[in-house]
Amino acid sequence: MPVKLRDFPRTHFNMPGNAACPGCPETMGLRYVKMALGDKAVLVIPAGCSSVIQGISPKSGINFPILNIVFAAAASAAAGMKAGFEMLGRDDVQVVVWAGDGGTADIGLQAMSGAAERGDDIIYICVDNEAYMNTGIQRSGATPYGAWTTTTWTGKKEHKKNVPFIMIAHDVPYVATASVGYPQDFIEKLRKAATVKGFKYIHLHAPCPVGWRFDPGLTPEIAQLAVKTGMWPLFEYHNGKLKISSFSRLYRVKEKRVPLKEYLKLQGRFRHLKDSDVKILEEYIDRLWAWLDLLEKAPNPSGTARDLLGK
Amino acid sequence: MSNVNVEEPKSLFIAPVSKPAPGSVGKTGTWRHEKPVINEEKCVKCLLCWLYCPEDTILRREDDMVYVDYDYCKGCGICAKVCPVNAIDMVPEG
Ligand SMILES: Cc1ncc(C[n+]2csc(CCOP(=O)(O)OP(=O)(O)O)c2C)c(N)n1
Ligand code: SF4
Ligand code: SF4
Ligand code: SF4
Repeated sequence: MPVKLRDFPRTHFNMPGNAACPGCPETMGLRYVKMALGDKAVLVIPAGCSSVIQGISPKSGINFPILNIVFAAAASAAAGMKAGFEMLGRDDVQVVVWAGDGGTADIGLQAMSGAAERGDDIIYICVDNEAYMNTGIQRSGATPYGAWTTTTWTGKKEHKKNVPFIMIAHDVPYVATASVGYPQDFIEKLRKAATVKGFKYIHLHAPCPVGWRFDPGLTPEIAQLAVKTGMWPLFEYHNGKLKISSFSRLYRVKEKRVPLKEYLKLQGRFRHLKDSDVKILEEYIDRLWAWLDLLEKAPNPSGTARDLLGK
Repeated sequence: MSNVNVEEPKSLFIAPVSKPAPGSVGKTGTWRHEKPVINEEKCVKCLLCWLYCPEDTILRREDDMVYVDYDYCKGCGICAKVCPVNAIDMVPEG
């Protein structure tokens, strides 16, 4: 179902006057979650910028009921909360984890893996600004090769950890990538995830002007360039089938991709890169798409292996 | 406006609960260096500025003409950059 902007009500999806920096991708993403899921969603938020964005009690700058929780427990707390709502007969409540890339790719990974393996009925969203921003831009497992952070001040030496692929390997019913540069696509994916029973994972690419060192007016454009250069492919993995999303389909063909330098040159965190570094990133992109190609062609029967249990 | 009721626990625990409201850190409009000014003559009501504004400070009138909530707009400039017809100018604050 295409998203029509005019149909949205004239209400606040996020609360203005919150503590986010100007041009913040996390507040953008939170607005889209509210647009997609409305008043039926409850957020579970581990430590990160979104804990701080809420502002000072007794007001909250995020327009959801929120349980703030420790890093390592986000997915397990959400699983418990979902069980609680079910016991109260409130099956209509969507329990959503909203966690950073540090909280997902590194610190919260084992709790998330456990929830995915149990098939807990929650939506887990990783809002990926590619570093631990709230504590001052430290590298995470999701920081890309070459990026400057305060703990990789000559550029990160390792590649980005591919969490969506890790979640596909868990054989959960729904995994998707999304981007704050393509809100309608993100909203559609959230709405679809809300109809699927079991563990749903959405990885939202979220360029951060502070940590990536760019003009805060450029957040949407940089997010779109990540997609157009092939660096951040948008796809959906639903019931065992992988599908490249419409905004990324063109960039399957290498020659159609926008040159990677167009993306890198706008960001201070990549300013020091040599041509040899750019080549390493280009090879990373080619490998990423080769993986996607394999997954797309995988002759899986429809459904997940867990669907066969108990049949 | 929330449907999911967050009730303050009545006994045993005292838990701090905050409620969604504008201005949780005050009037963030004072953070601005530049302010977005919308040229209504040029605006084609596509709502892209409204969609991308991180702060929820682009508001819509009944006819979908957009305007800015200057109390809280942080002046990031996203609205001006995403407008397809350049109907928004960023003007330095006096
Ligand atoms: C166990 C534990 N270790 C460290 C911290 C300090 N800490 C708070 S927020 C944060 C960064 C979170 O980074 P990420 O998950 O990427 O979210 P972002 O801030 O980028 O939104 C850290 C390290 C903490 N709160 N708890
Ligand atoms: S550091 Fe980045 S992600 Fe964190 S609040 Fe600021 S703009 Fe948002
Ligand atoms: S300048 Fe930024 S905060 Fe202000 S209205 Fe435009 S997009 Fe929103
Ligand atoms: S983006 Fe420009 S044309 Fe579209 S609604 Fe906003 S001001 Fe009007």
